Amino acid sequence: MGTIQFDDVSLRFAGGARPAVNRVTCQVNSGEIVVILGPSGCGKTTLLKMVNRLYEPTGGNIFLDGVNIRKIKATKLRQQIGYVIQQSGLFPHMTVADNVAVVPKLLGWGKPQIQARIDELLELVKLPPGEFRDRYPAQLSGGQQQRVGIARALAGNPGIMLMDEPFGAIDAITRAALQDEILRLQGQLKKTILFVSHDVEEALRLADRILVMRLGEVVQFDTPFNLLTQPADEFVYNLLGADDMVRQLGLLRVASAMMALPPNYSNGHNPTLSHLDSLRDALSLILKTGAPALTVLEEGNPVGLLTLDHIRESAVAGPGAGENRR
Amino acid sequence: MSYLLSQPTEVLTLLLQHLRMTGISLGVAIALAVPLALLATRLRWLAVPLMGGLGILYTIPSLALIIFLVPLFGLNATSVIVAMVLYTQVILVRNLTVGLAGINPAVLEAARGMGMSVSQRWWRVQVPLVLPVFLAGVRIAAIVAIAIATIGAKFNAGGLGKLLFDGIQTNRYDKIVAGAIAVALLALVINGLLLALEHYAQPQRRLKKTL
Repeated sequence: MGTIQFDDVSLRFAGGARPAVNRVTCQVNSGEIVVILGPSGCGKTTLLKMVNRLYEPTGGNIFLDGVNIRKIKATKLRQQIGYVIQQSGLFPHMTVADNVAVVPKLLGWGKPQIQARIDELLELVKLPPGEFRDRYPAQLSGGQQQRVGIARALAGNPGIMLMDEPFGAIDAITRAALQDEILRLQGQLKKTILFVSHDVEEALRLADRILVMRLGEVVQFDTPFNLLTQPADEFVYNLLGADDMVRQLGLLRVASAMMALPPNYSNGHNPTLSHLDSLRDALSLILKTGAPALTVLEEGNPVGLLTLDHIRESAVAGPGAGENRR
Repeated sequence: MSYLLSQPTEVLTLLLQHLRMTGISLGVAIALAVPLALLATRLRWLAVPLMGGLGILYTIPSLALIIFLVPLFGLNATSVIVAMVLYTQVILVRNLTVGLAGINPAVLEAARGMGMSVSQRWWRVQVPLVLPVFLAGVRIAAIVAIAIATIGAKFNAGGLGKLLFDGIQTNRYDKIVAGAIAVALLALVINGLLLALEHYAQPQRRLKKTL
């Protein structure tokens, strides 16, 4: 549950010179993180806000699990979709608990159920309920506010989450922590997430697939690795910095490039890393330690060796090596 | 002061008249200001002429305004109350429009995006957020109303002003002082009560200060 289907969707604002969104057709699969990426004014936020009917398309249709969203009452529809926005948009006059409780209350849940849900969600986003339940948003840091924002959006247990540049106004370190948090939560919850960003690193980090937009149109919709290795045009190539080999290496796992352990292997003094790490991590480790080879570990046991030559081969191998991408 | 203590029934009657005038005018003024402010918020073009008109009204001296109103409403409390309502409009409408415009748009968008209906957004988000600002306006309006009600005694409306004007006419110094003290006390008490209410209406700021 949680498929979003755009069918020839357009939106032209009154007085707009060109459509803000022009004939978008694509499908976001259930349980997938799709990042909508593009420069300002490309229509990415507009596209997002049509999903919960904050904007109504002037052409085409959007389907959630096959149901045309025009057939669902706007308020009902929105209560079923998690929504996270840039400045968190927390209600300043409500405590953290009351903020999280908004949608469950709208859905008419019972009091004990709501209380349990609040604590469960605060635990989930790593804000100990005992400490944070009764605080007001003004008493939280930007990162904590956005954690509450995420908890609030998850409260009604929606199948779909819409996130509109949620970490745009947050410092780089906190942003990276929150991105990890999203990936961790996604591993547990398997929501369908539509995420707007103008940050390429963020998109590459989070997305299962990236929807690249420009002037209201979809330029390319593909996996991060395919976007880097087979950009549809100059615009995508430049936007993603596809000539950045290190960036590509960041999307490849060590396991895809390593060689099997030689029969006479005895763990010398090689630095080690996990088979799940990226080749970018491996390169960094080789440069840092100066070691000729790395030992790859899987659950603590050596499973392979990796040298600079293996990394170099992967970097020139191109799309074929993409099977084992992160 | 001794006059206040020696004539408790007379002072109490006047005080009640004063409170009645202030209360009625504030009630009517708020009932009028809320829809006006909502209209000015909804229809942006209306805001400037509306605030301008109310501002001009505010510059007319209260004595002159009441005199204008006497032919319409008679030489009684009604004329005074109408004047008080007109005076307090500019304060109430301005505070309410400024308060509504001051709500963070991200908060309103979140409310909409989470599936609140128009009335849920109004009662659960806009009203609580605008209430402290609006109550600050009510407090200032109440003080202005108490001041104008004092003049009401000249127009046969009663109130604590009667002590002042009677005192001046009969050269009773103690009566003048008594009237002045009574009005000042009343204004201070009402101000304090409304300030406490304002404080109570914004839990988030109260907590923030203690940290």
